[in-house]
Amino acid sequence: MDGASSQKTSPIVALAGNPNAGKTTLFNALTGLRHKVANYPGVTVERRSGRWPLGDAPAELVDLPGLYSLDATSMDEEIARDVLRGSPDSPVRPDAIVAVVDATNLERNLYLITQIIEHETPVVIALTMMDLFEEHGHVIDIEMLSKGLFVPVVPVDARKGTGISELANAVSGVFGKAQQVPAGLTAELSGEGSEVFARYRYISGLVQSAVKHNDVDAHRFSDRVDSVLTHKFWGLLVLLGILLLVFQAIFSWATLPMDLLESGFGALGDGARSVLPAGIFADLIIDGVIAGVGGILVFLPQIILLFVFISILEDTGYMSRAAFLLDRLMSRIGLHGKAFLPLISSFACAIPGIMATRTIEDRRDRLATIMIAPFMSCSARLPVYVLMIAAFFGGQTVFGFVSLGAVIMLGMYLLGIVVAIIVAFILKQTVLKAPTPPFMMELPPYRMPSFRTVLSNVLVRAGLFVRRAGTVILAISIILWALAYFPRSDAAAQPGSETAASTQLENSFAGRLGHAIEPVIEPLGYDWKIGVALIASFAAREVLVSTLSILYNVGGDADETEGLASALREAKRADGSPVWTTLTAVSLMVFFVLAMQCMSTVAIVRRETNSWRWPLFMVAYMTVLAYLGAFLTYQGGRLLGFS
Amino acid sequence: MPAGSSGTVTSVDDSSRVGRRLSELGVVPGVRVSVIKHAPFGDPVEVRLLRYNLALRKEEAAVVEIDPASTNGRS
Repeated sequence: MDGASSQKTSPIVALAGNPNAGKTTLFNALTGLRHKVANYPGVTVERRSGRWPLGDAPAELVDLPGLYSLDATSMDEEIARDVLRGSPDSPVRPDAIVAVVDATNLERNLYLITQIIEHETPVVIALTMMDLFEEHGHVIDIEMLSKGLFVPVVPVDARKGTGISELANAVSGVFGKAQQVPAGLTAELSGEGSEVFARYRYISGLVQSAVKHNDVDAHRFSDRVDSVLTHKFWGLLVLLGILLLVFQAIFSWATLPMDLLESGFGALGDGARSVLPAGIFADLIIDGVIAGVGGILVFLPQIILLFVFISILEDTGYMSRAAFLLDRLMSRIGLHGKAFLPLISSFACAIPGIMATRTIEDRRDRLATIMIAPFMSCSARLPVYVLMIAAFFGGQTVFGFVSLGAVIMLGMYLLGIVVAIIVAFILKQTVLKAPTPPFMMELPPYRMPSFRTVLSNVLVRAGLFVRRAGTVILAISIILWALAYFPRSDAAAQPGSETAASTQLENSFAGRLGHAIEPVIEPLGYDWKIGVALIASFAAREVLVSTLSILYNVGGDADETEGLASALREAKRADGSPVWTTLTAVSLMVFFVLAMQCMSTVAIVRRETNSWRWPLFMVAYMTVLAYLGAFLTYQGGRLLGFS
Repeated sequence: MPAGSSGTVTSVDDSSRVGRRLSELGVVPGVRVSVIKHAPFGDPVEVRLLRYNLALRKEEAAVVEIDPASTNGRS
């Protein structure tokens, strides 16, 4: 179609190129920060697009996933390939393609170009990294490069904003023209032998005539940095330091905004209580909707901080170094080095971690990584660990100076890691059995992170989290609220009474369920109250704390941990023996390490795997593991004489 | 190949998936490859070719044949 002259629809321009060629930076510079992010139909590949003011008619610019060639090996690459080839089933029909080419890495970048120009859609090359190219003393004849590929070539510097209008003019100029293939390339390809070698022969000839490289390959900046950052010893030490910094940020800097959000939702609930007429509707809105959704959104500061760190580490080029450092360890359990980061992110929250597995090309590798991500102790487990430790291990030390609580906390983190390793190993030997996929990965030069790229990444990811998790959590919150709210008992009719809430909860469906599962969970050391709390916390782990608060009549506020802790210590069974022992506490923590108690994660896994099979499998096997783990802890502990 | 050594690619078995991918990344006959370093646990290996750095496992590098005596390959 002749997009430029059409008044009805704006033309579509696809942005393609190798990973690390500066594609995202250019996309952000051309479209500003307003992006539309959706998934391509039927798959979980992200479709990012924005409006690019192109002369008088704005175009829709679609950022395709980065790729090295049109021989796709991953879901992302398949989409990009279909668009660039103009396949009949392509989800996007571009009127022109802007191909980003990194001038400092010309030959490999041009390989993709030789493939793209064989299809009809007209191509314009945006030549990036020219500042670095010239700094290195290289010289390029842009005219000759353009003639050799039958494609306009425009040098751009997205960070400084130069070349943008020239690029727009060039793109407007190619609309409606069919892309031609240079005769020299056709001739090379008609010969015998490898097609790939033929393309590189053509590129090599072109580059030798169009570019004069400064042959002093200077001791490059990135290699000097890497002499420390990928050093056998220092590299690992720096990686450890970076992880410490990230966790420090997530667990301490995020506290203030989290507290603010929490009190904000509390105030919102109080406000609603004073405005709405008392009754079932007010209870639904306040205790179901506001408390439920608020309980998840409280984690947003941590998730945003995590996305900021991931984006910065990606944008600087450090991420591939981390994969390089740790691939050997990861490949021993059958995973790719790239699985490391998603797993580390899952220590804050499995949701960004699972979303970050998109960079793993091999489907089976990606699934195995997703399946074990929830074993990493996320921040929603912390309130549970904190409560148990405050109640049963507070103030105790080992070796006189190390707090016992800290040791137990570390133990829970390690338990998750060890189980994850074993499960990954088993999965890769059985249901996800496949030959080890290749590692091959570019180590791009280090770059200053771009503020705009980081900001746009964080906005998009955080928005997805709020939308995807928010909807599911809302539904589950209402269901759980109803389970605890109905049927109404007489006690609830006297709201002044101290024990009204707990009596109501005991007689509700949730309470009856707790009693019903008591025989099943008794061997784990749990009574019906813990049963109710377990059922409630299948939506989100930290709900355990607020549910126990209601059951023990200590109020639902988070700052009443000490009150709840002493209530737990003093709780007695009918025969006068304590309900909670240190062994119960450990058994419960083990259960929380291993169980899949997070509806948001289930929803995200559903989205990322595009089926219910994997999330249901995940819930099932993790629940079995959690039961076995808690059973072995409690019964084993008793055999060993602990109580 | 130890760190610091280099040579020119003489052949790549591009009938395998790994070989095909490597050749698409520029590991083709006539290109000069130099080994920069090995990762902490001995694998993967970082190499430099065509003015960029590539990491790959030793096992994957096995499909590539290199003539260490030839130092005049394209870089």
